[in-house]
Amino acid sequence: MSVTVPMPNLSLIVPEALMVVLACGLLMVDLFIPRDRKRVVGYLALAGVIVVGLVTATYWGKLAHPATTFSGTFVLDRFALFFKEVFLFTTAITILISLKYLEIERVSLGEYYALMLFCTLGMMVMVSGADLIVIYLGIETMALSVYVLAGFMKFDNKCTEAALKYFLLGVFISGFLLYGIALIYAATGSTQLDKIAAVIQGRELSDDPLLILSMFMLATGFGLEIAMAPFHFWAPDVYEGAPTPITAFISVAPKAAAFAALVRVFYHGIQLLEPHWQVLLWVVCAVTMTIGNVTALLQKNVKRMLAYSSVAHAGYLLLGVLAANQVGIQGIAFYFFAYAFMNMGAFGLVIYLRRENIVGDDIDDFKGLAQTHPLLAVVMVVFLLSLAGIPPTAGFVGKFLLFAAAIKAGFYWLVAIAALNSVVALFYYFRIAKAMYMQNPEPLPQLSPGKGLVLALVVVGVFTLFFGIYPQPLMSLAKDTAHTFMMFLS
Amino acid sequence: MQPNFGTNVFGFPILSLITYLPLAGAIFILFVNKEKVKFIKYFAFGVALVDFLISVPLWFAFDRTTWHFQFVERFSWIKALGVEYYFGVDGISLLLFLLTTFLTAIAVLSSFNYIKERDKEYYIAMLVLETGMLGVFAALDLFLFYVFWEVMLVPMYFLIGIWGYERRLYAAIKFFLYTLFGSLFMLIAIISMYFLYHHTTGEWSFNYVKWLTYMHIPGGFQFWLFLAFFLGFAIKVPLFPFHTWLPDAHVEAPTAGSVILAGVLLKMGTYGFVRFSLPLFPEATRYFIPFIALLSIIAIIYGALCALAQEDMKKLVAYSSVSHMGLVMLAMFALNPMGIQGSVLQMLNHGVSTGALFLIVGIIYERRHTRLIREFGGLSKVVPVFATFFMITMLSSIGLPGLNGFIGEFTCLAGVFKYNWRYAAFAVTGVILGAAYMLWLYQRTMFGRITNPKNIGIADMNLREWFYMTPLVITFIWIGIYPKPIFNIMKVTVDHLVEQVNPTYFNQKAQHEARLKKALLNPTKSGDFAGTPSPLKVSEREKIHGLD
Repeated sequence: MSVTVPMPNLSLIVPEALMVVLACGLLMVDLFIPRDRKRVVGYLALAGVIVVGLVTATYWGKLAHPATTFSGTFVLDRFALFFKEVFLFTTAITILISLKYLEIERVSLGEYYALMLFCTLGMMVMVSGADLIVIYLGIETMALSVYVLAGFMKFDNKCTEAALKYFLLGVFISGFLLYGIALIYAATGSTQLDKIAAVIQGRELSDDPLLILSMFMLATGFGLEIAMAPFHFWAPDVYEGAPTPITAFISVAPKAAAFAALVRVFYHGIQLLEPHWQVLLWVVCAVTMTIGNVTALLQKNVKRMLAYSSVAHAGYLLLGVLAANQVGIQGIAFYFFAYAFMNMGAFGLVIYLRRENIVGDDIDDFKGLAQTHPLLAVVMVVFLLSLAGIPPTAGFVGKFLLFAAAIKAGFYWLVAIAALNSVVALFYYFRIAKAMYMQNPEPLPQLSPGKGLVLALVVVGVFTLFFGIYPQPLMSLAKDTAHTFMMFLS
Repeated sequence: MQPNFGTNVFGFPILSLITYLPLAGAIFILFVNKEKVKFIKYFAFGVALVDFLISVPLWFAFDRTTWHFQFVERFSWIKALGVEYYFGVDGISLLLFLLTTFLTAIAVLSSFNYIKERDKEYYIAMLVLETGMLGVFAALDLFLFYVFWEVMLVPMYFLIGIWGYERRLYAAIKFFLYTLFGSLFMLIAIISMYFLYHHTTGEWSFNYVKWLTYMHIPGGFQFWLFLAFFLGFAIKVPLFPFHTWLPDAHVEAPTAGSVILAGVLLKMGTYGFVRFSLPLFPEATRYFIPFIALLSIIAIIYGALCALAQEDMKKLVAYSSVSHMGLVMLAMFALNPMGIQGSVLQMLNHGVSTGALFLIVGIIYERRHTRLIREFGGLSKVVPVFATFFMITMLSSIGLPGLNGFIGEFTCLAGVFKYNWRYAAFAVTGVILGAAYMLWLYQRTMFGRITNPKNIGIADMNLREWFYMTPLVITFIWIGIYPKPIFNIMKVTVDHLVEQVNPTYFNQKAQHEARLKKALLNPTKSGDFAGTPSPLKVSEREKIHGLD
């Protein structure tokens, strides 16, 4: 008996393949670059990411319908493409804000950039996974790189603690996900989302206890990654301890990847369990928003505050998942770009304030910034407004879409809770504005930002405002991402 | 019925020009060296003045015979959501639009001496604020409206928080949080209506005129939507019991900030009711009349009593705002042409009068650095010109005939009386108390002997102060003696609004007029004595009385 293996359509994985070549190539090149000029590796990585981003973008027009390869385990659709661009954008900005920071921290090593690219690769695979195993592989690729990156300043205790915590967390994620996958396999006999959906429908398994248990397992696994309550306890410690560029990175990209995977698995694979996961997500959404915002009120450290605020943002995003309609997917997609702009920007400001002997992550470090660096203060206000969801910023448009999705689905009470939460959020975001504008500066050493950081801040700042005033281009792209799921959506 | 989106006689986007000119000015100032304080001041004032001057032609070009929107600009803004950039004004919003350009110019001029630090940022905030406020009054797409409604909070937050008094940080964030709280619920209502509109017509749109034309909102749903909008607007007005941010914000804000707050920002709440709540939810509006009337009457009396008890002049004026805005609300919800016209006129009056009162308090504060009433006394001998201006402003605020306040209060009360004389009876107590606290304030500060030696050498009003008080006083007298042009501008718009929100009003009125005419033409028919004033039955007479 001969087994014929069909040749997979390799054209769909060109971006991922390029990423592998790029990351391995960087490791090689790194060997020939002297220690004090590792910045060059960063430039190369940046150029590579931009190229991959452009290559990825060329698929957009060709993919009016989803295309699959590797026997249907790997899918490329506009949803996946959109998220891949989110990751690549975030990676590019992270590289820009890392260049000088690494030198200040004296950990300017070439591996840093290679690891970052491997991490991006993992996420790119993750959003294209049409099979639970592929998604799992993506998560592991991503997570292994992030563990190392989170502990990159190995002489710093807090940093090491953060890395260890993140590692332990990752182990749990793997455990829960694998257990969930195994249970689904036991119940349906497949790990491929298409087939799982078909079996659930064919055998009417939508109330099967085994499947419901596996749904809980998967939700826990993804929930740990996106730091939704009650699995958010790791976030503040890791965010505070990790190198700030990495904090910025993990607050956006892995979260986006986990959300994308969650959407794909829940909408595509176990859509028929919607009555069950709707109840689950409703509660989790309300709790996540509230805990995130209320705890953020108590923080004095900006990195910790932003960590809790990112928990709250995960709550808002769950509104979109819960709504299970086109506006919801559009909202999630749009929000992640907006979130990348504003969160990278806010963390960028923290890096900007990094001086010799001063970490720059205490609210007091922002005191009087409006008088010493007026332009920087204005930019920070833009990010804060966007995080608080106040127009004319991209954050407002994103929040508007998420609210709209939930209202369309009839979750009025949940939106009311989200609205109250937004008021709370404004209070702590504007504590930073208060420190900058209404308190007097203390004599501190001069700031000396790198050019990369300035460029990154300009880019995200302009985008935050531009897509707040004229969101049409990004919004119509985000709208198209919902096409894959149209048949599953209400 | 086809929606009529209105016309633009100018042929170019004049409303946008007026709205964004201050923003352009602010961006220009951003690049000026902050050491050039004098230039920044005069430049900012120049921008505000030019903005006012180019808004004046609107008054003359406005077609008073139609209620359709005018000077309209309309094009697609966010296609994916169906959001339009839609600007236009009618008889009501035009008046508030002009009030804004007028008061901002005065507020900027009044800040020259008061603001001593960080001038550059101050004038930027003022000009950005003006853009936000003008946008609120001109926007006719609810998405656009919401954007301006929120944007305007940011500069106001900084104005209070940076240049305010001792408790400014608390007041600034309290103002921001309160308003945001209300407006988020309004946002939820707007989104719900957006889906309802799509459900009815299959089209995605936030267009106000389209919503009015095509959308029928079922009664129960109207109820909830009205409440959500109510929360947004009532906090802004502020209506009792949502008023607690106001004394804090007013007292802590710098003078010009208080002028803008009282003069324009509070009007946004009442404007929101007139523009959106009334025509979009007529059934809910009628349903809630007793509820709103109750809150308004409480606000009128409670605000006045609080004002009576204040020791701080600014706080007194702040509480008087609560009282006055209560009357504006009560008159509006009488839902007859006289009540709404009075309500709109009283918005303008309150804007100029209370604005002027805050300026008066500011002038005295700049000289004495205190606002406590007991610190003063006998000032009329030291600063006679100031005392005169204060007198006129105070009389305007308490509604002396011949000045603007009288016309406004009279029309309001008459409108309320037509609807329900009991409401009017309560509202009148507010006017009486208003006279009490204002006259008492004037007596304690201006008359009597000078008991505090610090008051002896203070300077009278300077040229700049003359410059910004005089236009206000002229406005008081103009509206007080000849208010007809203002009524003319809004008459058709208000009548149309009444038709929308209270459709039976004109029918009943016409029927009763016809009956009255008939009865008067045939006086003998009922067999009464000749010379009896009206042959109608007592009950019928009462009915007419109640309506007309």
